[in-house]
Amino acid sequence: MSKYVLMRLLQSIVTILLVTAIVFVVIRVIGDPTHLMLPPEATAADRELLRRTMGLDEPLVIQYLRFLGDLAVGDFGLSYRFNQPAMSVVLERVGHTLVLTFTALGIAVLIGVPIGVMSAVYRDSWIDLTGKLFAIVGQSAPPFFFGVLMIAFFSVHLGWLPTGGTGGVQYLIMPAIALGWYSAAGTMRLTRASMSEVLEAEYIKMAKIKGLPQRVIIYKHALRNACLPVITFTALQLGVLLGGAVSVEAVFAWPGLGFLILKSIEDLDYTIVQAAVTLIALSFAAINLLVDLLYAWIDPRIRYD
Amino acid sequence: MVTGVADVLQVENLTTCVATRNGIITAVDNVSFRLSRGATLGLVGESGSGKSMTCLSIQRLLPSNSVVASGSIRFKGEDLLTKTPRQMEAIRGREIGMILQDPMTSLNPVFTIGQQVGEVFRYHKNSRKRDIRSKVLEVLNRVRIPAPAERYHSYPHQFSGGMRQRVSIAINIGNHPDLLIADEPTTALDVTVQLQILHLLREIQQESGMAIIFVTHDLNLVARFCDDVAVMYAGRIVEKGPVKTVFADPKHPYTRDLLAAIPRISKSGDRLRPIPGQPPVMTNLPKGCRFEPRCRLATERCREAYPDWVAQKETGGGLRAGRRQWGQNDIAVHRPSGRS
Repeated sequence: MSKYVLMRLLQSIVTILLVTAIVFVVIRVIGDPTHLMLPPEATAADRELLRRTMGLDEPLVIQYLRFLGDLAVGDFGLSYRFNQPAMSVVLERVGHTLVLTFTALGIAVLIGVPIGVMSAVYRDSWIDLTGKLFAIVGQSAPPFFFGVLMIAFFSVHLGWLPTGGTGGVQYLIMPAIALGWYSAAGTMRLTRASMSEVLEAEYIKMAKIKGLPQRVIIYKHALRNACLPVITFTALQLGVLLGGAVSVEAVFAWPGLGFLILKSIEDLDYTIVQAAVTLIALSFAAINLLVDLLYAWIDPRIRYD
Repeated sequence: MVTGVADVLQVENLTTCVATRNGIITAVDNVSFRLSRGATLGLVGESGSGKSMTCLSIQRLLPSNSVVASGSIRFKGEDLLTKTPRQMEAIRGREIGMILQDPMTSLNPVFTIGQQVGEVFRYHKNSRKRDIRSKVLEVLNRVRIPAPAERYHSYPHQFSGGMRQRVSIAINIGNHPDLLIADEPTTALDVTVQLQILHLLREIQQESGMAIIFVTHDLNLVARFCDDVAVMYAGRIVEKGPVKTVFADPKHPYTRDLLAAIPRISKSGDRLRPIPGQPPVMTNLPKGCRFEPRCRLATERCREAYPDWVAQKETGGGLRAGRRQWGQNDIAVHRPSGRS
């Protein structure tokens, strides 16, 4: 078991290194930030000076190694736009994104899993049909579009909720639902498919033969086997939501990470992009590790291999 | 007919229908048999002949596209078909056990052996919590699992097929059932393990006096382990009786052909004689006798109507020794005296 964890840990480190390397190269290929940092009338000598002070004149490999060295002590450099350490700018925003992401994910799991289970158990019943409708609507309407509709109805028409920004719970409700419904639809469909398959298994027949109550058969024997793909999906969703909530963040003026990264790429504020991507890669790796451990905990066959 | 006190199970005119894409088929057609305490009934037939559907009907665990259309299943004097689902839950796993064919898939991969065996005590609420562990160890011991205390926390994938089938048996005999249904319990196992499992079942039966329905297509095993045999063909029981009598003097042509198709070392000179043709498609059954298209002894009469000797035995009685299903008169129809 400890070997399993160690292997996974090493894999995570390799993944993070690779991701940072790719981002590092790509952001430097896109363009030279000194063009944006200096006024248009600056001379080539001025720019060369700036490039030298920023260390941009050195070979890419040396730059990357220096970046890694700084990374080891937690230094991501200064953001020229904010004139602050890049990581502290990122960390300021990441809290908002985390709140939104986890609320949306909570909605997805709390709605998607129970409806998925009931749909599989009572196939073709009204629960199943309602679930299907719910999933089709959730998956066909893009979250930002759904978000705009909600703003039009609940904010503009009814005036119940603020259109955007942050503050209390009332600011969180609509963006979380817009994001969560989309994930809930996928979670529900996957849970239904996985449960349907498991319910046909011989060990479920055996559980019935043992005379176990239906709730024990469904929630203990079947769900424990059916939840593995759902966990993977949820973890992937977590990753997607962390980095990809940009559109919803834009619609609701939610000061999150996605919005920050988008803006920083436009401005070639590479220290911010590097800091943000490293953080996302780190959390991705952590999530994956957590999922792997959860897998091993749930399914003994993985534990002993 | 007088119901014997010793009868654990009395199935009368059981008919089970299945809705398929090609129409409704009668998977179990007017099946009757009895089983007394401590006896073993071999239920024999080809795949799709209705053996498993008969067992699932008794357990009330038919798939959702199937239903018992008529008949009665009296278990210890009470009709199981009138029980509520909740009442059946209480009967299953306590009074009726069932072992499935493939031990590799019939245990839940994510729970320990101890948990899975313990559940039959836990959810039937007949033991105190702290007694469950010792009860599990006791029953694991009974099915001859070596070092049960060490195996308690093992998972199914750490066991061999034979060992898993022992666990399956442990689960199903834990509460000392009156009836154990064994649906091809050894088909998926090695031959040597097969015999060990069957000997184990017989030992448990001798200790506890439970009745066993042994579903198989292996007539050799029927000869060795069963008291009575019922031969099924296309949803119907075509012949039943004590194993010795049926094997010594099979009356139905299908039974005769089945027996002739068994390889025997002592008669290695003989050629095996397979039964020609295929079982009928259940949605398109022959009008007369269902075996007629494959039967070597078929006459014009068989094509038109079920031979009367078959109809006669359907109303006839139980399975105790000495009671044959067909009299000589009936068989005369099928003796190929005038033909070959």
